[in-house]
Amino acid sequence: MSVLVGKDTRLLVQGITGSAGGFHAKQMIEYGTQVVAGVTPGRGGEKFEANKTAVPVFDTVAQAVKETGANASCIFVPPPGAADAILEAFDAGLPLVVCITEGIPVADMLQVRRVLEGLKGKTRLIGPNCPGIITPGGCKIGIMPGHIHKAGHIGVVSRSGTLTYEAVGQLSALGIGQSTCIGIGGDPVGGMDFVDVLELFQADADTHGVILIGEIGGGAEERAARFIKEKMNKPVAAFIAGTTAPPGKRMGHAGAIIAGGKGTAAEKIRALEAAGARVAPTPSDMASTLAGMMKH
Amino acid sequence: MKIHEYQAKQIFARYGVPIPRGYPAFTVDDAEGAAKKLGQETGSPVVVVKAQIHAGGRGKGGGVKVAKGGAAEARELAQKILGMQLVTHQTGPQGQKVRRLYIEQGLDIARELYLGAVVDRDRRRIAFMASTEGGVEIEKVAAETPEKILTVHVDPAVGFAPYQARELAFGLGIGGKETLGKFVKLMRALYDVVVKEDCSLCEINPLVVTKGNDIVALDAKMNLDDNAEFRHPEWHDLEDKDEEDPVELEAKAAGLNYVSLDGNVGCLVNGAGLAMATMDIIKHFGAGHGVAPANFLDVGGGANQEQVTKAFKMILKSPKVKAIFVNIFGGIMKCDVIANGVVAAARELGLKVPLVVRLEGTNVELGRKILNESGLAIQAAGTMADGAQKVVAAIGGAR
Repeated sequence: MSVLVGKDTRLLVQGITGSAGGFHAKQMIEYGTQVVAGVTPGRGGEKFEANKTAVPVFDTVAQAVKETGANASCIFVPPPGAADAILEAFDAGLPLVVCITEGIPVADMLQVRRVLEGLKGKTRLIGPNCPGIITPGGCKIGIMPGHIHKAGHIGVVSRSGTLTYEAVGQLSALGIGQSTCIGIGGDPVGGMDFVDVLELFQADADTHGVILIGEIGGGAEERAARFIKEKMNKPVAAFIAGTTAPPGKRMGHAGAIIAGGKGTAAEKIRALEAAGARVAPTPSDMASTLAGMMKH
Repeated sequence: MKIHEYQAKQIFARYGVPIPRGYPAFTVDDAEGAAKKLGQETGSPVVVVKAQIHAGGRGKGGGVKVAKGGAAEARELAQKILGMQLVTHQTGPQGQKVRRLYIEQGLDIARELYLGAVVDRDRRRIAFMASTEGGVEIEKVAAETPEKILTVHVDPAVGFAPYQARELAFGLGIGGKETLGKFVKLMRALYDVVVKEDCSLCEINPLVVTKGNDIVALDAKMNLDDNAEFRHPEWHDLEDKDEEDPVELEAKAAGLNYVSLDGNVGCLVNGAGLAMATMDIIKHFGAGHGVAPANFLDVGGGANQEQVTKAFKMILKSPKVKAIFVNIFGGIMKCDVIANGVVAAARELGLKVPLVVRLEGTNVELGRKILNESGLAIQAAGTMADGAQKVVAAIGGAR
């Protein structure tokens, strides 16, 4: 039916008493996500009130997990404390950690990554600097507009938030639903990358096709292309943003930069097409490109 | 954020990475004074006059000159370089005006090496690269003779291990117990610089071995991770506003992501990926009609009406903008906030070019209503493709 999250996901929100954390916790509850706990150091014992639900707030993630049986975390902690918040969630043994925060220093994420590698797959990290993950009709963890989604059988994975919404909007308009949509984030160093997500989509019986949205910078799309070629038999449509981006300039996302002539859109498009993915000619054609592949 | 060579070297000095003696100079008199002082300190009249701009290739462009004859010659060279429009392969044809100099002692160089540190995104580690081919463009070495680049990856839990430094040293042909010791010490100090100063790039090209077997950073290039600004209040003083695009600076102050481009369509978009994709689709339909994006502009997810107004004003004020494309997929960003910001800016400055708006997502009906009732001449678009084609047609291209 979906990957990573669903109706039985029990979410805790780190930074629930902040303005962004509070706003989106409320939105997630309205969508139907089971928000079972909040964590803000020093605010333990308070209640977070939303839609007739009173969510208990704890001082530490470990306490929250022990008291509520939470099995996923969504992090809205500002950049200076965000990496620390991720490490705390890892240490509490949560299997899924989603970090929305934008602007975490790369040096901090290198350390987080090092700890994550030591966990050997016990915990999965999505983000940072991402919209989160949603299984339409089941569970929304993050900041995406829930109402544009429709339950179905297409997996969406993307480095960009609003471009994910664009793809989902196009799919839903064509009457095509989504199994799970995952924004992996726009930072140079983060948690799950395309290959990690594609593995899950390939293994999920209810995902019948995938839209992959990449952008300039790094080599994640090239690695995805190798995986598609060697391991996937489901159709993959792709779009790569930044064909017109000038080299050496950071295009909004910290990770979206062509450095030393590497990481151009043209290289990525070539790699994906060679692997059998079909690359949409414009961002308006993402859903129709996939729909064209599904028919055959 | 980029900083100047002399600023990077001041940071090196604090961590114990060896650098030549030198002083920054902002005037010709400064330069002469610095050369005199260096002459007294080193006992040699030879100094190097180096232009300080945020671009590589300064030597080839004529921005680095050796004065063998002491202070008077240094003054002459400073006169020539200060104020020149220095053109390098990184500045573009218009070049960059030289406003600062660095006056440095001359060294007796035996060998020139390359040393660089970057974040290797694929390995999720800091990578140090070294090469015997110092003083030339490293991109060229990487493309033509990749085997001449040695790389080690640093485990953040351990730090830069001495054996890794020795591995690089032997690969570079640095032998002799004393010199080897100096190199290991330098590498470990440099790793500290990269981590503690939050460098996204740190490059020494060339790193020189002197005839006296000292190892010295003859050049220094350092880029700092903008995300780490919150823990480096001292970076404020390192910023050189003369090196930045004034419009990009104005945007940064307003909390907007903006990059100037060469085209004629002003773009206002929410989200970095969508903003890039908007540029791409304008180029897709506009190529062959002389239509291209004039900017990348991401107002972000949480922008308020003031920020949107500011962003739209920046586009309206740009003389190269012949049409505007507003492309919004509201998630957290509400369409009515965008509409109100656009209308407020257009009322204040007047709208003299065609405006195409595509709104989708949260509060889209309210946003459309605000635009319809504003009395502004707005062409509504249903999709990104429709919007891009309308903006191309508005500038004069065929649909």
